[in-house]
Amino acid sequence: MLRDITLGQFYPTESCIHRLDPRVKLGGTMLYIISLFCFKNAAGYLLAALFLALVVRLSKVPFRFMVKGMKSILFLLLITVGFNLFLTPGTPLVSLWKLQITREGIILAATMAVRLSLLIIGSSVMTLTTTPNHLTDGMEKMLRPLKIFRLPVHEVAMMMSIALRFIPILLEETDRIMKAQIARGADFESGNLFKRAKAMVPLLVPLFISAFRRANDLAMAMEARCYRGGEGRTKMKPLLYTRADYLAYGVLVFYMVFSITAGRNTFYVLPWK
Amino acid sequence: MAILLDHVNYIYNEDTPMAAHVLKDICLEIPDGQFVGVIGHTGSGKSTLMQHFNGLLRATSGHIYYNGEDIYKDDYDMKKLRSKVGLVFQYPEHQLFEIDVFSDVCFGPRNLGLDKRETELRAYDALRRVGLEDELFYQSPFDLSGGQKRRVAIAGVLAMKPDVLILDEPTAGLDPKGRDEILQQVKKLQTETGMTILLVSHSMEDVAEYVDRILVMNRGSVLFDDTPRNVFAHYRELEEVGLAAPQVTYILNELRNNGLDVDTSAITTKEAADEIMKLF
Repeated sequence: MLRDITLGQFYPTESCIHRLDPRVKLGGTMLYIISLFCFKNAAGYLLAALFLALVVRLSKVPFRFMVKGMKSILFLLLITVGFNLFLTPGTPLVSLWKLQITREGIILAATMAVRLSLLIIGSSVMTLTTTPNHLTDGMEKMLRPLKIFRLPVHEVAMMMSIALRFIPILLEETDRIMKAQIARGADFESGNLFKRAKAMVPLLVPLFISAFRRANDLAMAMEARCYRGGEGRTKMKPLLYTRADYLAYGVLVFYMVFSITAGRNTFYVLPWK
Repeated sequence: MAILLDHVNYIYNEDTPMAAHVLKDICLEIPDGQFVGVIGHTGSGKSTLMQHFNGLLRATSGHIYYNGEDIYKDDYDMKKLRSKVGLVFQYPEHQLFEIDVFSDVCFGPRNLGLDKRETELRAYDALRRVGLEDELFYQSPFDLSGGQKRRVAIAGVLAMKPDVLILDEPTAGLDPKGRDEILQQVKKLQTETGMTILLVSHSMEDVAEYVDRILVMNRGSVLFDDTPRNVFAHYRELEEVGLAAPQVTYILNELRNNGLDVDTSAITTKEAADEIMKLF
């Protein structure tokens, strides 16, 4: 019932993208997103799409699987496109009652849709090819310089990895309790909003209790193993860059330079700029 | 003919790399009033199979008939099926949520749309049947001991007055005394009401004494389906799939191999003792 969420889910397979250092993937995703916001013409987006297609291909994650995760944000995408389409001032093309579609609106809406789709697929490539633990490891290492500002980097990373680890557990638990209550005749699907909210009580109370119980157990287990924060803590598998990672950085830099030069070239500039 | 499973298959996470064929072509018939023990190793598909009986999981292919009606028919009343086939999950005490024991047991019958009087009568009856002391009825369920909580949870399903009761590992995590109490109460319930009972367990010892029939599951298929006596005769094969026959089976077989003339089909300690006594 609740297992259809693919956004932010790991897809287990062997590929060169899966093997990359999480810092490369994090940095790469960040740069990719930045690049998407620098373009002023269609050529830039075309390059970005081609680059993404290549990465997806290399990651061996079926494209179908990625699109499935996008369904959940389709609504957001539609709203964005709708607003841009109807509320952009400019040369009117079609008029419907008080709304009008302008030439500029169409172009802006299309740009937005492309940009958002690329952005979402781009970041889901990262989560689909990196285990949550690896991801927080990478994040911890990348954010380490922030320690100078007394930011508890290790603690934040630990909290994140625990939270991420518990998502599937709690989903499973929700599923189980839901089934147990359905077996006792509970109805979660019909009735008005108020009735439905009330129907959630038999689900939420046991869920909260179990979440607290698990948190307690985990804290106890960590304490029993003498966990006391990040100070002086070493890793069993420290993150190390390999040649493939340097190569990937090279490819990224090349992509950034190439796409942004092409994307900002006034020669291709779209007519409305 | 109460429940009939016809070539039931269940594939978990179909069309993803995590796909798993959990149930493979299960065909079963469970007549009214039978006490069936379902045994299998962790991951053998026994819990998944149980969730098919009341329609919580839908088979990927195949049919299930309850009293001759196909439960996958579009107009089949699933809610009614769930009141007739009561399912007690593993660690059922994790589903308790009400402020006191009595209201929690009332949850099931109230969902059936019964009036207050009937609901309370049923809840009271169910709590008595699981042997919970009266003075605990108005305590918070969270203040009870593990064994008591479990009984409250079982009563919560019993209060719906199901015709078929499925218990998924009702004794997991209980001490031997709590285990025997629950099993004896379940047996008593079956003799008194004539309910069909399916008891899931991974321990042969648990079920040997009580059930009429044992279903051994292995990797999603039914390996054996027979009376306890006949199933335990295959104790070597049971070991191969990570299960064990009751200890008395081993003792009697060992005695026989060492030249004593004993019948190895005894399944309870008492029967085994009588068998050995015959030698003297």
